Amino acid sequence: MYNINEILETVNMISREKLDIRTITMGISLRDCVSDSSKTTMRRIYDKITRLAQDLVKTGEDIERDFGIPIINKRISVTPIALIAEGCEEEDYAVFAKVLDDAAAAVGVNFIGGFSALVHKGFTKGDKLLIKAIPEALSTTERVCSSVNVATTKAGINMDAVKQMGLIIKDCAERTKDKGASACSKLVVFANVPEDNPFMAGAFHGIGEPECVINVGVSGPGVVAHALKSLNGADFGTVAETIKKTAFKITRMGQLVAQEASQRLKVPFGIVDLSLAPTPAIGDSVAHILEAMGLERCGAHGTTAALALLNDAVKKGGVMASSYVGGLSGAFIPVSEDAGMIDAAKCGALSIEKLEAMTCVCSVGLDMIAVSGDTPASTISAIIADEAAIGVVNNKTTAVRIIPVPGMKEGDVVEYGGLFGSAPIMRVSPFSAEEFINRGGRIPAPLQSLRN
Amino acid sequence: MKAVITVIGCDRIGIMAAITGILAKANVNILDISQTIMQELFTMIMLVDISKMNVEFSEMSDMLARAGKELGLDVRFQREEIFTSMHRI
Repeated sequence: MYNINEILETVNMISREKLDIRTITMGISLRDCVSDSSKTTMRRIYDKITRLAQDLVKTGEDIERDFGIPIINKRISVTPIALIAEGCEEEDYAVFAKVLDDAAAAVGVNFIGGFSALVHKGFTKGDKLLIKAIPEALSTTERVCSSVNVATTKAGINMDAVKQMGLIIKDCAERTKDKGASACSKLVVFANVPEDNPFMAGAFHGIGEPECVINVGVSGPGVVAHALKSLNGADFGTVAETIKKTAFKITRMGQLVAQEASQRLKVPFGIVDLSLAPTPAIGDSVAHILEAMGLERCGAHGTTAALALLNDAVKKGGVMASSYVGGLSGAFIPVSEDAGMIDAAKCGALSIEKLEAMTCVCSVGLDMIAVSGDTPASTISAIIADEAAIGVVNNKTTAVRIIPVPGMKEGDVVEYGGLFGSAPIMRVSPFSAEEFINRGGRIPAPLQSLRN
Repeated sequence: MKAVITVIGCDRIGIMAAITGILAKANVNILDISQTIMQELFTMIMLVDISKMNVEFSEMSDMLARAGKELGLDVRFQREEIFTSMHRI
């Protein structure tokens, strides 16, 4: 029999500290859907997704009920559509987004990721058509998420893609200006993108992945923050140890749910993503963990060190709890989705520059950051280039999900509601990077030795 | 297959009768019970064997939650594995 405190610890983590499984994501390969006719390709895509994922939502709900642990999202990721669509004559790839949206609606998932292209070294015909279709795809569908990988440590940074993504983000914003530029919240620009990430909006099913796979993303910033609050004045060794133990427990939940889902759906288990993913709900914030370590506000000097400790301890605790860890695995710092980050940005404690520094020591990057609608495309591209450089040089994943909200200025707040939260418009440097971005070409891959 | 029932709330007469009555009707065997008062809250934990349970897991879950609600208690019914995985290596 269990100790009564053990049982209550688990029950309290779920009921009071908002421990949950953030997502069960089914990865589906669409490689066998390729054909030379777009109609056939679309039919195959729809049929395959609805066949493989038909029980995903129900199974998720069953597991949720049996174990008494909330599973917030059930989602699907697919092979990057640029790879699938370029076999056919179709030139308007937005039609494929529509098919993904319809298939996602049919099986009842809230997001489907994989309207994606990998262009870190250059573009193929399909990559170009896909990127061109992103604004149309994201503004006319509800559930489709898009990502573009523009850089890797081995290939360097494709600055032509970086330039283009600045323009695409602006176009997405313009087309959804009446909804706070919401299309931009479904578009991620990556460096060193992982192929098995279960979290949206950056999920896709990589080309090295099996036919179908179950990946699970855990969460639980509230549990970590709660554990740290009882450690008044303890040294960093104790802080790291406490985070490790908590991360272990959280990840064991993820592992259990992943195995159970894999068994029930008869689909192999891929990875558990050990990320601390915040939500705007009170008590579910990564910023509050950093503040529980003794910072007055997230963004104060010391934040990068605190985040480095947190991120490392989460991984150390988590890897022992799961046999296969993958995806992004680390602490997320999306501004609009984290109550503590929102407050810190509102009161001026947190700037884009500080967030950029924080991304050097955690996953993922500049995430869900709203900026003024008149921010030039070249400045957005330059922000992407900076983030990509951090990822490429440090051999890690970085990403940018930025929202230039039309008609809004620094100091305004855009409300999205639900998991997307609300975003204060943050200050960007008014100085231009236009000439830099206009150069085009590729930034060569960095040296992997002599690293200082 | 085993499950854990957690009952938390204000102490009152009839809690045990209500919960065990539901379990007996559904052919659920109680393996262990412990109870205590924590921070002025009545807390009871029950380990039960559900391998011969004659209703669906979800139905039992709903029945217990409903009975709990009537008595002003929070009653949870969870598969045992969630606790094993979190607290046992």
